[in-house]
Parts: sequence; C-alpha cells; structure tokens
Amino acid sequence: MAGLSRLLPASRAVSSPDDQKGIFSRGLSWRLRRIREQIIKASLFLCGLVSVLTTIGIIVSLFGEAIGFFLRPEVDLYHFLTGTMWRPLGRPVSPDNFGILPLVNGTVMVAALSGMIALPIGLLTAIFLSEYAPEGMRRVLKPVLEILAGVPSVVYGYFAISFITPQLRTLADWVNSVAGTAIRVDFFNALSASIVMGVMILPLVSSISEDAMRSVPQALREGAYALGATKLEVALRVVVPAALSGILAGFILAFSRAVGETMIVAIAAGSTPRVTLNPLSSIQTMTGFIVQVSFGDTPMGSINSQSIYAVGATLFIMTFIMNVISNYIMRRFREVYE
Amino acid sequence: MVTSTPNATTIEAAQNTTDGVVLSTQGLNVYYGDKLALRDISMDIYRNQITAIIGPSGCGKSTLIRCYNRMNDLIPSARVEGRVLFEGTNIYAPGVDAVEVRRRIGMVFQKPNPFPKSIYDNVAFGPRINGFKGNMDDIVENALRQAALWDEVKDQLHESGLALSGGQQQRLCIARALAVEPEVILMDEPASALDPIATLKIEELMQELKQRYSIVIVTHNMQQAARVSDMTAFISIDRENPDARIGVLVEYGTTQQIFTNPINKETEDYVSGRFG
Amino acid sequence: MTGQQLVNGNFERFLRRKRLMGRIFHVILLISTLVGLVMLAVLIVDIAIEGGAWLTPTLFTNYHSRRPEQAGMKSGIAGSLIVLSLTALFSFPLGVGAAVYLEEYAPKNRLTEFININISNLGGVPSVVYGMLGLTVFSRGFGLFKPNSWLVQALNLPVDPRNGYIFSVLGLEMRLPFGNSLLTGGLAMTLLILPTVIMASREAIRAVPNSIREAAFGLGATPWQVVSRQVLPAALPGILTGMILALSRAMGEAAPLIILGAFTYVPFLPRTIWDQFTVMPIQIYNWITLPQPEYRVHLSAAGILVLLVVLLGMNALAVYLRNRFEKRW
Repeated sequence: MAGLSRLLPASRAVSSPDDQKGIFSRGLSWRLRRIREQIIKASLFLCGLVSVLTTIGIIVSLFGEAIGFFLRPEVDLYHFLTGTMWRPLGRPVSPDNFGILPLVNGTVMVAALSGMIALPIGLLTAIFLSEYAPEGMRRVLKPVLEILAGVPSVVYGYFAISFITPQLRTLADWVNSVAGTAIRVDFFNALSASIVMGVMILPLVSSISEDAMRSVPQALREGAYALGATKLEVALRVVVPAALSGILAGFILAFSRAVGETMIVAIAAGSTPRVTLNPLSSIQTMTGFIVQVSFGDTPMGSINSQSIYAVGATLFIMTFIMNVISNYIMRRFREVYE
Repeated sequence: MVTSTPNATTIEAAQNTTDGVVLSTQGLNVYYGDKLALRDISMDIYRNQITAIIGPSGCGKSTLIRCYNRMNDLIPSARVEGRVLFEGTNIYAPGVDAVEVRRRIGMVFQKPNPFPKSIYDNVAFGPRINGFKGNMDDIVENALRQAALWDEVKDQLHESGLALSGGQQQRLCIARALAVEPEVILMDEPASALDPIATLKIEELMQELKQRYSIVIVTHNMQQAARVSDMTAFISIDRENPDARIGVLVEYGTTQQIFTNPINKETEDYVSGRFG
Repeated sequence: MTGQQLVNGNFERFLRRKRLMGRIFHVILLISTLVGLVMLAVLIVDIAIEGGAWLTPTLFTNYHSRRPEQAGMKSGIAGSLIVLSLTALFSFPLGVGAAVYLEEYAPKNRLTEFININISNLGGVPSVVYGMLGLTVFSRGFGLFKPNSWLVQALNLPVDPRNGYIFSVLGLEMRLPFGNSLLTGGLAMTLLILPTVIMASREAIRAVPNSIREAAFGLGATPWQVVSRQVLPAALPGILTGMILALSRAMGEAAPLIILGAFTYVPFLPRTIWDQFTVMPIQIYNWITLPQPEYRVHLSAAGILVLLVVLLGMNALAVYLRNRFEKRW
C-alpha cells in the first residue's frame, strides 16, 4: 500500500487545500493588477452612467425652468394647456397670451401631413425592397435612401422655401385660373415644410418597415406560395400583417422625429402661431418658436426666454410618450418570433 | 456503480510512470442555474499522463474539463460545489485568481480559434499579457516547434493565423497554449473538427507533449481514446434518474483496463459500441 | 369556389385579373421607390443651379459681410471643424467606454436594464432639447455662478459677470460656467450623438465571436486584456464607421447650437475653446433668412454645396472603412 500513499492527493502535504497561500502568487504585481482591473471597470461603468446623468440633466433643466415659468404671476398652467392664443410679447401681459395650443396645432399638423407622405411611400418602398427588388437594384437604392436620411435639415428647409413653395404657388395660381377658386398659398406655409419633411423621414419609415418585413420567416412566404398565392398577395396578405407591429412602431418613431424636427419648420413654416386646419397658411411649431426666441437676442430670465422651457418640456413629454409606445410595440413584436 | 479511485492494476501502472497527482476533483457538483449537470465527480489526474474523458454527448464532459481551469466562471448561471485541487490547492477557494489558474492550466478548444492576428502575434499573445520577459522570438519559435508547426510556418510568421488550414490552425492554438508554459493542457475534442490526417498529427503531437505536460482530453471518439490515452474516465448519465440528465463518473481506470476489462456493465456497453 | 367552378373557364379570368393587379402593383411600388430618388435629384440640381456660380474662394476666405459679393463662411467652417473635433474627442471614449461596459462587464440586473432604457430613450429626444440642456447646464451652469447666487456668496468666489468664475488648472484656463463657447457646443453635440455612438459600438463589439474571447481567457488574460487586445481591435472598423456617421449628422445640426447661443455674426476665428463661435449650418440658415436674394437664394445654396461636399466625404470615408476592414467571421 506504500505505492497508494504516493499517489494520494498531494493535499496531505499542505495544511489545507483551501489555504490558497499554497502555490498561487499573491505578490505585489498581482495586487496591482487586481486594482487596475477594478479601476478600469469603475471608469467604464461611469461612462455608462453618463446616459443616466444626461436624462437627469434634461429633466432638471427643462422642468426646473418650466416650473419657474409657471410660477410667474402672468402665467398659469390651465391657460397654458387650453389657451388658443400664443402671443408672448403681447401687451397687456396676461395668461391668455400663453396658450400652447397654436404651437401644438402647428407641430401636429406639419407632422401629420409629412406622415401622410412618408408613411405610404415609405411602406411601399420597403415592400419593394424587401419582396420584389433584385439584388442589383437594392444595392443602388439603399445608399440613395441613406443619403436622403443624411441630408441636413437646413438643406431641406432651403429646398422647401426656394423650390417647393414657389411651385405650390404656381400650382395654386393655375388651379385658380382653371377652376376659378381663390386659393392662397402664404409665403410661409405648413404644406411646403410637410412635403420636404416627408421626404426626410421617408428613409426612416422605409428602413424600419423593411427590417420588420425581412424578419418574417421565409417559411411563411413559402407556405403561401405553395397554396397558389401571387407575389402581391404574399406581400400584402402575409408579410405585411406579420410585420405589422414592427411597421407600426416605425410609423410612431417617424412621427416622433417629425414632431421634433426644427430647421425645416423654422425656415419654411412661418412664425405666426395660430390654430387652423389650413395647411397653406403660415403657422408656427413648438420647435420653430424655440429657435425663433433663441435666434433673437432676448435677455436671460425674461418671460420670453423662460417660455421656451415650458414649450420644450411639452415637446419632450410628447416625444417621450411616443417613443415609449413605439418601444413597447417593438418589444412585443420581438416576442412573437422567439 | 461509481469508481472514484483506481484499482490495483491501475496503481501499478501509474506507479511505473508518474510521480503524483497534478489535478484532483473532490465531490465536484456543477449546476447550471437550478439544474444539476454533474454530480459528485471525484477523480485524480496524474502527472505526465494523457487522461481521456469519454462518454455519450451531452453528459457533461465539456462541463467537467472546463472546471479544471475555471472557464465555467464565464457562464453566469454556472455554479460549482466541491473542490478542484491543482498541486494540492483548491482553485475554487475564495481569493484564488482565475487568471493565474488559466496561465498554468491551458486549454485547446474544439473548433480552432486563432486570433485575427499574425501567427507570431497569436503565439506571443499569451506571454505578452502575462508579462514574460526575455526574447519573444525564441519563445515563439520554441512553442511552434513543440507544436510541430515551426517548419511549416517559419517563413510566414507575419501572415494571418486565419490563413492556415484547419489542422494547422489547431496546432497553432496548441502552440499558443504552450507559449505560456502551462503544467496541464486541457483539450476539449481537439480533433473533432479536423480531417483524419490532421487528427493523426494531433495525436502524435500529444504523445510527444506528455513528456513535459499533463494532458486531459475530452473525446467522443473511442478509438482515439484507446489509441492515445493512458487513463480513461467514463462519464455518463445517472441511470437511476435518466430524465434529470445528471452526469456521473461511471468508471475510471487505465485505458487498457477500461477497454479490455471494464468493471461496470455500462462501461462495457459503451466501449463495445452497444450505445452512445 | 368549389372544385367544379375552378375547372370552368372562370379560373382563367380570375388568374388573369390577379396577374394584372400584380403588375399594376409592381408599377406602383416602382414609382413610390423612385419618389425618393427623384426628390433627391431635384434637390441636388436645384442647389447646384442656384449656388454653383457663387462657389468662389471668397466663400472660404471671408467672414460674413453686409455685401453679398464679399460674404463668406470662414468663421462657420472653422467653428464646424473645431466643434466636430471636440465632439469626436468626447464622444469616442464615453461612447466606446459605455458600450464596452454594457457588452463585456455589466451584470444582468435592474441598473443595467435602466441604463439600456435610458440610452434608447435618449436616442429619440429632439435635438432642440439637447440645445436647451446645453444652455442650462453647460452655458449657464444653472445660474450658480452669477454674482448674486447662493454658491458665489457662500464660497466668496471672484466672478466676472460676463465670463463667470475663472481659475487655472495646470496652467490652463478654466471657466465656470462654460458660456456660449466652443466647449459648450462640443459637449452638447457629444450628448446628442452619444446614443448613436453607443449603439453602433455595441453592435460592432457584439459581432466579435465569443470563441476569440474564450481563447484569450483560456490563456490567462484578464477581462480588460481580452477587451483591449482582442475585442476592441477587432471591433474598431465597425466602431469607427458608426462614429463617422454620427459625426456627420452632428455636422449638419443647427438648432441645438442656436439655442445654446452660437452667434450668426462672428467676424473672427476662434483661438481658445472659450471663444464664441458659429457653424456652417447656422450661417447657411442666417443667409436663408436675409431678404436679399443674393443671400437668400444663392449664397445659401453655395454654402449648402460646401456642407454637402464635406458630408459626402465623411460618409464616403465611413463606407470605405466598412468595406475595406469589415471582418468576415
């Protein structure tokens, strides 16, 4: 049995196997390395925390100043939310001058009109790219869409006011001469801005819808084809319904983008806040107002400059809710296929 | 029946060639979350021997070998109970640095995974991160020679490791592991992704390497285990509770004994190909 | 339809109608897809026509002037370049650092999930909000450094009403708050593009196969060694591509910078990060709003051309990087 003892675990030789002073180094370099790893991990964590700090910063700065705005005697929250007149420089100063509905009206009208352009065209483009287009065409079209998405909004604003608006006016004149109507296109109007904004958010709608459609398993399509369905039927009756929640999430996201867009409306939509359904008239959006005030030279702390925070807070709440809804829909969509 | 210590013939065989136990598990249990994957594994790995771990797939062979160098730490749901002793010290004791363990117990994986760098940089990576001093060229050449790859690549050390054939890539991974001068080399089905000729080269290499290192190899190829190893451990599913799929050590002994004269009926069925 | 009905000639007609509808639909799809293409073409042609003649060296060598023939974008170009550099400088470490943390280190707990949600929400926040954030926090410092604020009174800080609290760190001048300076602009733009940079970096890091990490760990590498020596080098092309695309978006932004106080008339080149500034998009916007057609129609178009060329260059670089260095695993 002597041989057996030679073969038994060498643990007998050391006091206890859990006493790790045995054979693994615990020297200075090991300790230094441990500390270095901890410091690195902590620094990286702080980088991750920046996003949380940013959110806190946004909330504090927006709502902090907005509260300051509402604490002013000349303003009250009820009139702010329900008033139909936005005239911050109006005299005499009264809560009636600070109703946000005109700005909301302008924002929603422009966004909705641009959506009416971008959503159908974007969806059709996505269907084409996902279900119909040959590889060569995709390779050309996708970069084009990416370029469209990358054009700065000032450029779109320029296009709106220097090209679209004159065309609209010419069109209106022609219609008037032919049909005897008296349509008037203001120099600044919501429609021009909406048209170019639609083109700007078109790629967003298209790419999200396309992603949603591409994730539909091929097996679904094949099942439909095997039953004798045509390409049109497969696309419209199988793929799009299957991808519907992703497409819907994309719509909401694009609408949210349109709501937050600034330069196009600042250039082309006008600076006359009013509650109206006429897209050919001059209006003002929330973002347009914010830029208008900042562009001028309003003194710090004045009611005008503080009002942009209240408007900004409203804008933030609107886009935040839309993004949350969109994310929720996207997450529910993901579960369906996993 | 679980045999955890070798029987008489084994001791005799081992006595002739070894001077001790380099790795030892004691009552090792491994859980993935709540699910028990391996139960009560106790076995010794002998120095300068090739120990093969065989058994049907999905029984925990890879899980076991990954316990030896604490690679299961990388899986968040994995939990290890019991002890794994390396040269008498429990590598799972609190305060033991897994990084240090892995330098001394190296691993070669099933699918060759060279880094997307040059051959030279692949081999030099291990020494560099461990702060090896000395002539790196010598270290690289030495490792590549030991892995029987030097002659084939000595003129293309700065080409990408990914440009090599499958068998060469795996030998590169072996050289990479050797460059940090480990004491044990763990191999998780090292030849399963390779063609027969490359496989043969790896097996010849293992025979040379065992003179300097202790080798543990997981393989689903029984003939390979019979050709190459000195000791064989047979891991299979606990027969008393087959639905739970818990891996247990069924039998462990010299390769000769396991393949010609197994004690356990299940072992005999497996090595004679009646199941698995 | 029963089998009988299908066998009769009706099915032929049914099929033909389906095929017709299919072809019409195909045409509709083609037209829709081309709408985007056509609009882009019209846009480019319009700008080229209106601005081409005004694309002269003056555009680059002169500041804005009351005389259109002498007006240029020099301060805007300089400002854009500096703001972009600052943005790149800040967003690269912060963005890649956050991505590395979330992909390689972060445990699966509520805090990590919260950070994830935060980043994805921040991506959808309108750019004006970032401008207002920059204005309140960086430019004005919450008003904490005004001469009569509680902080200044309590600590008895020597504040200059216009420039704030000035002190020096390692021989460099520091100011609090940052005012409407290049630094503020860079910081605000950093926060604006940070969610994009983080998301692009995460994808690039995720694309690195796990076998590489396993091999590195197996050799005794620490987590940071695995990241810095294997994962990041392999993910770098993807990270850089994402960053360049994010930066090109930042270059075209005007609204946030207007809000935090970038001026339109800046007749000098900035020398320190504390100087006031303007950027190309703002100068273009300013020209668009001026009544004279030389500014409103022509100079702005010329400025747009310059801006588009720069953006095209950046995007081309990103695409080149992506194609040349993308690793096929």
